[in-house]
Amino acid sequence: MNEVCFKNIDKDQCWSLETYEATGGYSTWRKILKGEYTPDEIINELKTSGLRGRGGAGFPTGLKWSFMPRNAQGQKYVVCNSDEGEPGTCKDRDILRFNPHSVIEGMAIGSFVMNATIGYNYIRGEFMEPFNRFEGALKEAYAAGLLGKNINGSEVSFDLYSHLGAGAYIVGEETALLESLEGKKGQPRFKPPFPANVGLYGKPTTINNTESFASVPEIMSKGGQWFADLGVENSGGTKLFSVSGHVNNPANFEVSMGMPFSELLELAGGMRNGAKLKAVIPGGSSTPVLTAEAAMGMTMDYDGIDKAGSMLGAGSVIIMDESTCMVKALTRLAHFYYDESCGQCTPCREGTGWLYRVLKRIMDGKGKAEDIDLLMSVQEKIMGNTICALGDAAAMPVESFLRNFREEFEYYIEHGKSMVEK
Amino acid sequence: MIISDNTKKQIDSWIEKYPQGKQSSAVMEALKLVQAENDNQLTSEAIQAVADYLDMPGIAAAEVATFYENYNHKPVGKHIIRFCHNISCMLNGADDLITHLETKLGVKTGEVTKDGLISVKKVECLGACVGAPMFQIDDQYYEHLTADKIDDIVDGLK
Repeated sequence: MNEVCFKNIDKDQCWSLETYEATGGYSTWRKILKGEYTPDEIINELKTSGLRGRGGAGFPTGLKWSFMPRNAQGQKYVVCNSDEGEPGTCKDRDILRFNPHSVIEGMAIGSFVMNATIGYNYIRGEFMEPFNRFEGALKEAYAAGLLGKNINGSEVSFDLYSHLGAGAYIVGEETALLESLEGKKGQPRFKPPFPANVGLYGKPTTINNTESFASVPEIMSKGGQWFADLGVENSGGTKLFSVSGHVNNPANFEVSMGMPFSELLELAGGMRNGAKLKAVIPGGSSTPVLTAEAAMGMTMDYDGIDKAGSMLGAGSVIIMDESTCMVKALTRLAHFYYDESCGQCTPCREGTGWLYRVLKRIMDGKGKAEDIDLLMSVQEKIMGNTICALGDAAAMPVESFLRNFREEFEYYIEHGKSMVEK
Repeated sequence: MIISDNTKKQIDSWIEKYPQGKQSSAVMEALKLVQAENDNQLTSEAIQAVADYLDMPGIAAAEVATFYENYNHKPVGKHIIRFCHNISCMLNGADDLITHLETKLGVKTGEVTKDGLISVKKVECLGACVGAPMFQIDDQYYEHLTADKIDDIVDGLK
């Protein structure tokens, strides 16, 4: 536990440069500055590590970095996605607060691999405490001569800046984030072209999640194989799981991939008031909800959660006990996507409104028998028909809640009240 | 004067982060800074002033000002309480606590107290789910809220 992004979390002033360097921080970056690494060596180490994108998509980081045309003429950029905002997810906030230098070093290593001399860390606008921590760490890194132009007389240059958002979940989508960084509405771009070819200001850009970048320095100093061995096949390393909801000790836990869900639940102090587990959303609000039975049999890794019928996503584990009204829970999630749809694609803009309004009608006691079929039909029409994944993210909870807890919806429609809540 | 010299200085420090000619990247912060010195509110004049300062079309700045959540286009209180009501907070009793806060302040979410001191908003996930239930007042997060804790925090607002 706590071996990578959280390895200093129990130390005094764990966010300081002094603490970071005392435990080997910036050793890889210093080697790079001395010319002791080639970009390919770093990419190979990352490929060995099995690190997959921690923002939710799970794309192999080493492979992503290898796609950057690093010998292309002109400016290239490296961007960190700290626009955390999917319900249930709050790990990047803690990485920025408690280990900001790992993000800086991870981005610096990435900038060298991809020959990008400028980086931006896009932090969600409400995260002022994490932003101030990160700014403080940037100041320390510049003062220590770790960032800038021709650092320590080397050929290596890297300038890193933080950027603040202003409240929009959709900006967590990487091309919407680029639009936002350019000072526009955060509406996703058509792909292709991919950001590796046409990214920020039209230049080649690599975007990774905060936790992905923060994992890189430790992978480099201890080796890709060390990291891979912490986890299981197809899911190298450790992962931060944000465990929230009806547990005694909700918190972020950095544990090995492949940990049985039941053990993670124990780490989080078990069920509050000894209540019975009813449902688990394992990877953030957009991942399908699981029944207690399916969840108790799963392991916390990409394949394990996939087998159980959901997705690892960003590792945001939402625990619901038997007192939870699933109709109310889904209505709240549907409201979220309705509120956060950027409005660009018709199926998402209109569909999220339909999903929310039909669910609201059921909650208001005015549901109709055909509403379940209507909800299914709307989510099917959103799924796969939009530019970005927000549409799918809105659809998947609906399908899984209705499949796993259908009787609660039927009861609510028939009786005009919750089967669970008094 | 809609943009003070001090605010212009702060906007300039953001412009410096971006490549030459890409000063519109600073629009989000510029709008926030100008909002902060104009009673927490963005009028169309203020939006145009930001656009002029950044040498971008007024409509482009207006699009940004209306797309993102954290810009206010109607009068708001001196302090804004953003209460998260999404799933992790909901599971931890946020709905009852929001009602408690509304009753205490004599307003509904979306409204401002009569003395103009406090606005209450119901917002989507603020990314502090393990600290649920939680709200944000201005720039600060308050986590693991209870009715008593809310009373203490809100009574301390001036």
